[in-house]
Amino acid sequence: MEIFLGYFLYAMSLLTVGGIYALLALGLNVQWGFAGLFNAGVAGFAAIGAYTYALLTTAKSQFHFGGLELPLIVGDIMAMIFAGIVATIIGLICIRLRADYLAIATIGIAEIIKLILKNETDITNGPRGINKIPRTWEHFTEERFYSNFPMNFISNPKGWEVFFDSIPKWWWQPFFACTILTIVIIIYFLLEKLRVSPWGRMMTAIRENENAAAAAGKNVTKRRIEAFILGAVIMGLAGAFLGQHLRLIEPTQTFDPSKMTFLVWVMLIAGGSGNNKGAILGAFLIWFVWSSSELVTNGFIEILATMFDSVDISILKNRAGFIRMLFIGLLLQLILQRFPKGILPEKRPAISGKSQKYAG
Amino acid sequence: MWESFWFEFINFYFIPGLVLGCIYALGAIGITLTFGILRFANFAHGEIMMTSSYLTWEFVLVASSFGLILHPIIGAIPASICAIILALIVDRLFYKPFRNSPTIMIVIASFGMMLIIRSMVQVIWGPNQITFVKGIAKPNPIIKDFTSSFDIMLLIPNKHIFILLGTIIIMLIFNYLLSSTKIGKGMRAVSDNPNLAEVSGINVENIVKATWVVGGFCAAAAGVFLAMDTQFIESTMGFRMLLPMFAAAILGGIGRPFGAVAGGLIIGLAEELSAYPWLGDGPVISPGYKSGVAFSIMVIMLIFRPSGLFRGRVF
Repeated sequence: MEIFLGYFLYAMSLLTVGGIYALLALGLNVQWGFAGLFNAGVAGFAAIGAYTYALLTTAKSQFHFGGLELPLIVGDIMAMIFAGIVATIIGLICIRLRADYLAIATIGIAEIIKLILKNETDITNGPRGINKIPRTWEHFTEERFYSNFPMNFISNPKGWEVFFDSIPKWWWQPFFACTILTIVIIIYFLLEKLRVSPWGRMMTAIRENENAAAAAGKNVTKRRIEAFILGAVIMGLAGAFLGQHLRLIEPTQTFDPSKMTFLVWVMLIAGGSGNNKGAILGAFLIWFVWSSSELVTNGFIEILATMFDSVDISILKNRAGFIRMLFIGLLLQLILQRFPKGILPEKRPAISGKSQKYAG
Repeated sequence: MWESFWFEFINFYFIPGLVLGCIYALGAIGITLTFGILRFANFAHGEIMMTSSYLTWEFVLVASSFGLILHPIIGAIPASICAIILALIVDRLFYKPFRNSPTIMIVIASFGMMLIIRSMVQVIWGPNQITFVKGIAKPNPIIKDFTSSFDIMLLIPNKHIFILLGTIIIMLIFNYLLSSTKIGKGMRAVSDNPNLAEVSGINVENIVKATWVVGGFCAAAAGVFLAMDTQFIESTMGFRMLLPMFAAAILGGIGRPFGAVAGGLIIGLAEELSAYPWLGDGPVISPGYKSGVAFSIMVIMLIFRPSGLFRGRVF
């Protein structure tokens, strides 16, 4: 029984993180898949979301700004708004640049965000980061939540304490995973609606032929900024959830561009850029590959260790993560060269649904 | 009049800035060449720099096990050959298939290459910092004595002299290559107009190879100089250099190698001088934000004059 519980919880955490990556991939899909904007600063927007959420919802702390103890949902919404504001500023400055320049600029912005988080120690606690970030569902077990309004209405703190002691400690895990998956599904449906809407078609037109779209009277710059902001808002939300999942965030390791930005790009390209379903599929698929490759490489190293007793495997163990990164990088190159459209290629709105017969 | 102001300013801000600028300049040459000739932003350039400094360290180590104490510059010669081969292999395997695709594909490929090369280095040499040159660099005593007899005391460590002289020599060779040889003229022609260059009988594929050779060599030199300057090597050093090098290339104008050199020097000086207490006591910009300087210069340039100082290409 114990072992099944372990598998169950492992599956839950896989789904949780997979869902967070799916949100990031959906956000990137709006920017890259819909609008053709090369954002190489995904980690930066996620960091903004995570830090906004953390500063607003944590308990008061002497190490960083506030700990404003706001409700969690306010934190989530503010994370989205803040990521949107930053994206607006960046969009107004950089959106007219060609894709390469935008990539350079967004990499730079992610680095600047990291620098700010690292150096403004009064606000963010610098490299030591913020810990004890309240996690949705699990936060009910914290005293400051169960002894205050809505919860103290139902039972007194003592009663809650007894109740939480009586249920298993991991009770929140399935709820947390389901919450994230629900949000992924909601955002997926909203984005699908958006994709086939006039706005979505306009985005495709702009991406495919900017000049023609401009000649047809579309405001290219404005539409692009809109797409950039929308994508960043979704990334900000994903960042907020990432902060909740990790409970401890700090600027360098948590928001390492190779693990955040790059992995999300691989997910989107593998799943199929321009296709929301593909983005979600790619996110879960690559995340499963990424996490199971950890087990595989570790197992492989164990086998090596038993085969060759004399070899010191500690070096290999330290470097297993890099072998996986190398593998994921090669996977990207393979997909890019052999299957540039991804697993689920983009479906153009013009040939979807009822009009399919006539459009060909 | 050699006041303490000048002493401090020249020795602790200007010369380090110049050295850093030289390193940026060498790196930016490769970026501006690939941007001008192959028309894409090569994100893997910093990693080639990093790899060559690791290779140099390895060669010096191997030589010392045979009892040979090599200066890093000697070790850099085989390392730069390896860097050139690496650049050519990467181009052949990962960039060439996308020659006729939209440029963004090749940008994504180079983005992936950045991670592949870095994780390869991390697998081989581990993720930790490695000391490249031991000890504290003392200022060169000859220059110190000579200049203090004129009442100006310059404190230049030997490593800085090597870097400055090395950069000047590479620049002179590069200038000769670009202005007087057939291959250099071909490179300029392809950079200006690839179709016209092709119909006038220039083998573009050869020019592309030459670009990687020159770019790879400059990257190797920049990587080794950087390692000599900071005295340690780590796997993220290439990524840290990437943004200032792009900034230098854009500042000088894309496809303008000498613009990139000027841009590199400006960015290097700006980064170091931004830490000087121009107003009041504290540094103008906190040293923690030093790497933000290059980025701000780049963004301002992109907004107000995307063609760069020397009228480069705008895509």
